[in-house]
Amino acid sequence: MKIMVAIKRVIDYAVKIRVKPDKSGVVTQNVKMSMNPFCEIALEEALRMRESGLASEVVAVTMGPSQCLDTLRTGLAMGADRGIHVDSTSALHPLHVAKILMNLVQIEKPSLIILGKQAIDDDCNQTGQMVAGLLNWPQGTFASKATPSKLKNQAFAPTMWWGFPKDKSNMSQIGKKEYTHGTMKSLIDVVLDKEKEEVTVDREVDDGIETVQLKLPAVITTDLRLNQPRYATLPNIMKAKSKPIKKFTPQELNVEIKSDLEIVEVTEPPKRKAGVMVSSVDDLIDKLKNEAKVI
Amino acid sequence: MLKFCSIFSKSKSKNLFLLRSRTKSTSSSQSSPAAYTFSRRIFPYSKHSSLLAPASISRVPPSRSFATDSEARDSIEYDVVVVGAGPAGLSAAIRLKQLCHQKGADLSVCVVEKGAEVGAHIISGNVFEPRALDELLPQWKQEEAPINTPVSSDKFWFLTKNRAISLPSPFHNKGNYVISLSQLVRWLGAKAEELGVEIYPGFAASEILYDTNNKVIGIGTNDMGIAKDGSKKENFQRGVEVKGRITLLAEGCRGSLSEKIMGRYNLREKGGAEHQTYALGIKEVWEIDERKHQPGAVLHTLGWPLDHKTYGGSFLYHMKDNQISIGFVVALNYQNPFMNPYEEFQKFKHHPAIRPYLEGGTVIQYGARTLNEGGFQSIPYPVFPGGAIIGCSAGFLNVPKIKGTHTAMKSGMLAAEATFGVLNEGLDMDMYWKALRNSWIWDELYKARNYRPAFENGLIPGLALSGLEHYLLRGKHPFTLKHGKADHEATNAAQLHSPIQYPKADGILSFDVPTSLHRSNTNHEHDQPPHLRLRDPKIPETVNLPVYAAPESRYCPARVYEYVADEHNQLKLQINAQNCLHCKACDIKDPKQNIEWTVPEGGGGPGYSVM
Repeated sequence: MKIMVAIKRVIDYAVKIRVKPDKSGVVTQNVKMSMNPFCEIALEEALRMRESGLASEVVAVTMGPSQCLDTLRTGLAMGADRGIHVDSTSALHPLHVAKILMNLVQIEKPSLIILGKQAIDDDCNQTGQMVAGLLNWPQGTFASKATPSKLKNQAFAPTMWWGFPKDKSNMSQIGKKEYTHGTMKSLIDVVLDKEKEEVTVDREVDDGIETVQLKLPAVITTDLRLNQPRYATLPNIMKAKSKPIKKFTPQELNVEIKSDLEIVEVTEPPKRKAGVMVSSVDDLIDKLKNEAKVI
Repeated sequence: MLKFCSIFSKSKSKNLFLLRSRTKSTSSSQSSPAAYTFSRRIFPYSKHSSLLAPASISRVPPSRSFATDSEARDSIEYDVVVVGAGPAGLSAAIRLKQLCHQKGADLSVCVVEKGAEVGAHIISGNVFEPRALDELLPQWKQEEAPINTPVSSDKFWFLTKNRAISLPSPFHNKGNYVISLSQLVRWLGAKAEELGVEIYPGFAASEILYDTNNKVIGIGTNDMGIAKDGSKKENFQRGVEVKGRITLLAEGCRGSLSEKIMGRYNLREKGGAEHQTYALGIKEVWEIDERKHQPGAVLHTLGWPLDHKTYGGSFLYHMKDNQISIGFVVALNYQNPFMNPYEEFQKFKHHPAIRPYLEGGTVIQYGARTLNEGGFQSIPYPVFPGGAIIGCSAGFLNVPKIKGTHTAMKSGMLAAEATFGVLNEGLDMDMYWKALRNSWIWDELYKARNYRPAFENGLIPGLALSGLEHYLLRGKHPFTLKHGKADHEATNAAQLHSPIQYPKADGILSFDVPTSLHRSNTNHEHDQPPHLRLRDPKIPETVNLPVYAAPESRYCPARVYEYVADEHNQLKLQINAQNCLHCKACDIKDPKQNIEWTVPEGGGGPGYSVM
């Protein structure tokens, strides 16, 4: 079973952002770029699935100019098997990315697409949902961890289970895959019943956790608490250099990069003004009425 | 290649890949190739795991905590390992590959760098003298090196509180360029990779590997993913052994491994050198009003706000794109423990001759780093069994010129040539020392040797001797002045001085430390053991605080050290290791040498891009 993970190259989260003097965007020249943290989490989840034997291959996809290859190599160093680079120098909005992914799916035919829930530069939170819509696949967005107490007889349950264990006492008969990763022990059940290929996702929503069960192929977008991404080790980085990267252009994939959005202006948020101490309730009401004009 | 394996490999392995960089498993793991790297990282829990796994589960294995030493590490072998991707390290790597191409040899070269990317930890004035680059990569201009702002003017002012007195400039900067060293190093990194050098940023060399004959055989990188309490986190990653037939240490000023090596092999005594002396440089890059910007303008000042007993001064260089580098350098042998170099810098920016440049501008980046001032007298014997020390880790900065980049690069090139001789022709690494002594580095540093020590007696005698040196003697005298006390010994007890009142930051020209720190893009994984170690944890509260009034809370440009009242209202030292700019001032200036700077997890630290 193949998993496709989309990763994005963004400005590193520790960098102080500056707006360009002409207000057309933020300064990206000479600024440190790295993999979107949510994409790291997505890739980590895909790698864990492969390591537990549930997937055979993890393909990492990135889109953008040639510098994106650095990010793709980092993904390969973390453990992805192959890389795909869609070369494009124009700005890519979520709908373009979704369309490109849709066309890549026809070529690669993965059973699962895992993405980060949003990119930290535009905070759009749209690509995963759009891909699912275009492909007409089920989606489990904002995937987060399950709590251990939910399940009997298990040390930890990861968020995703393969198959649907009907009878937990039968678990010793079903093929169990156990693996320890660092200090956490996860238990994933594999149901050899190939008829039901499903994934169960716990979603972090506003009023709590919602559990959904999706039939494959499906789209999952990852939230922060899903896992802790691994470090790329030196031997892995060296191995990543020889892993294959396939190159595409949007034209080859029949996607026209035409922007329906025009960025008019980018400005810094207004500076926080110092707070004012008021001396009495009357003073407060006066200020709220006449200065802030909220009552 | 196979021949090298049998002669130089110390551990037997079942799987010898005929690749230049071989990955060997030194553990007895039975992992299959497919799960090769992952399964070795399956570790048992830390001591806290009992809280996580209910005792009733029989499936859960008993928790045990392993000492990291007992777990074997992967080991990778190269011909040459360079620690630090700075001007010296990259020049050495480039020179090695050039020699390989010239002589038809093939040596594998690996550069490990603790910064998240090449250039992230590089900060310097910088007025660049292209002498070494001309020798290394003569086509640098055609290859679009980021060196394109020639020096257009060279001013030197003596500042008093309200005035700036113009003095004749002692520098000869014609033919030099105003650059961002971080940018240049990035470019050098790209050139090195083109030549086949393997550069691995994000990996911190934390220990030296020795063989049974006390010879250096490589370095070990940090374990990653250890929590603050020492337990292993979910993403624990054992460090890697990077072995080299020759190891070159290019860690910059006060390199942590270089200091250990110099101590272990007594390299200072061997070279007949005095102790090293240092200064702390704090720098900001501003984007200023274009009407005030003169590309290539170079300004240095002396005097205010420092007193006549403290050596130091400022620099203001105009780069391109309306950006300027402005900074302040204070020698670390200052006596007054209440001195705060950061605040002196902020004060300096308010001088009536300086502030017009900055008004209307914005700060882009901030950073700080110590630099060598020992010069000729402090150069250690830079060769040790199995390798050598290059660049500022040894200390080749020319103090009166305030330039160290060109000498660092040249020392890297000379070491590369010696290394090539050792690996290809069986010569001795001592060639490096001989080559240094016959090179222009030696000439330059010899001529410049008395400028800085002359200031031991104060500003006026120092200036007088400098004038004499510069116009008359030019280094041709039989004597060599000695340095004064070591920097950490020079601090007086607090009772001999009174606290200095520094003006509050106005947020326009001067800023508080947290605001500045934010501009350095500094970040560390917060859940890791603090990398600043106290040799004796009681000394801060028993010596530093009562006797010296806690100077570390003042000289640290990142506010790592704070004394905070605990529940008994006693002041205790709090180490905010996450703020660290890797400047090494604490390692140098702590009066009892109690603070040891060790390298944190790779990838952490500042994120300089235009410094």
